Amino acid sequence: MYTTDLRTKAQKAADAKDTGAKDEIVEASENEARFQARIDDEQFIEPKDWMPEPYRKTLVRQISQHAHSEIVGMLPEGNWISRAPSLRRKLILLAKVQDEAGHGLYLYSAAETLGVERGDLLEQLHTGKAKYSTIFNYPTLTWADIGAIGWLVDGAAVTNQIPLCRCSYGPYARAMVKVCKEESFHQRQGFEIMTVMMEGNAEQREMAQDAMNRWWWPSLMMFGPPDGDSPNSAQSMAWKIKRFSNDELRQRFIDATVPQAEAIGLTMPDPDLGFNEVTGHYEIGDLNWDEFWSVVKGEGHCNRDRLDARVEAYADGAWVREAAEAYAEKQKAKHAAA
Amino acid sequence: MSKGNWDLFEIFIRSKNGLSHKHVGSVHATDAEMAIENARDLYTRRMEGVSLWVVPSKSIVASDPGDMEHLFEPARDKVYRHPTFYKVPDNIENM
Ligand SMILES: [Fe+2]
Ligand SMILES: [Fe+2]
Repeated sequence: MYTTDLRTKAQKAADAKDTGAKDEIVEASENEARFQARIDDEQFIEPKDWMPEPYRKTLVRQISQHAHSEIVGMLPEGNWISRAPSLRRKLILLAKVQDEAGHGLYLYSAAETLGVERGDLLEQLHTGKAKYSTIFNYPTLTWADIGAIGWLVDGAAVTNQIPLCRCSYGPYARAMVKVCKEESFHQRQGFEIMTVMMEGNAEQREMAQDAMNRWWWPSLMMFGPPDGDSPNSAQSMAWKIKRFSNDELRQRFIDATVPQAEAIGLTMPDPDLGFNEVTGHYEIGDLNWDEFWSVVKGEGHCNRDRLDARVEAYADGAWVREAAEAYAEKQKAKHAAA
Repeated sequence: MSKGNWDLFEIFIRSKNGLSHKHVGSVHATDAEMAIENARDLYTRRMEGVSLWVVPSKSIVASDPGDMEHLFEPARDKVYRHPTFYKVPDNIENM
């Protein structure tokens, strides 16, 4: 249903050569007004509906970046599958990493409803043209990092993704509903790892605290730059792709997470952290945005590793794809002959 | 088929016997058999269904949103097709 001619009647008419340029402009602004009215009315936009080109482009960029993040996100955790401390933990981690692959696929499917090809999106990832979440460019040094990632990184991701379940673009919203349902176990298994380590010996507690210290700040930066430095946010809010600002979501995550850390005896790695009795919110120290931007620009610990691992995995799978294609061709020929 | 742009299949799942199949998303595959296997891995990891349909996306013909009015509007002024349109005397308890 997404591969049929995606143009609407209006677009087809606009594409036809005999339409006067003047009519086109009038029609475009009428379409735009009608589109915004539908958004304001909380209606979902579906693949074949008319949409402004910048809306489509913004969605393609955001959804594909989101998909890439899920896929690259498998790498830091995948490293630990063979080193999980028990069979129980190994089964859980395998299931979680498999879920992340699924999230990537739901999202690539959603992006494809906007008229792009999956192979092209993958190529953009592999050539470094497309971005993914900076969080996955940090290394996973110990088993406690797997706990911290599930608890903090997946926790931050869920905080971001819950409002996306009501995003104005139907296929993206539906993908997010599925993702959010699966994410809730991810955060809990991570928190359970941290809890068990905090109940262990001094060395284990130290390991958990060290992971907390390294992952806390990067996970806060997952919400993106502060509202003042986030120029595209206003438009995304007007289109209801975004429902809450970066700072609002970050605050929500902080307020939920600090009591969880304290409950299991972890120390927050922020000497300036305090609870504001008046606002009812926690207040944090300054975030190191220079570090954030340097990781975005590819200066993170693992930028090169992650991309290389992706490219290598894709290249190593080439023979499987070729064999599958050859097999399908052979079957087709067989059926045609029969 | 190169660059991983395999055919797209739409996936429908029957969540349990007695219910109809419902659209859940799509997968890429070289043929229908692979589409079923991929759909199984992607959409039924948590017992979401007991039966799968895979349909080549290009076989689906969809109505045009531009035709919405002439397709669906005519039903709007036919309220007499709903039971609530009719007055039932107060002394009738069940109907
Ligand atoms: Fe995910
Ligand atoms: Fe996750």
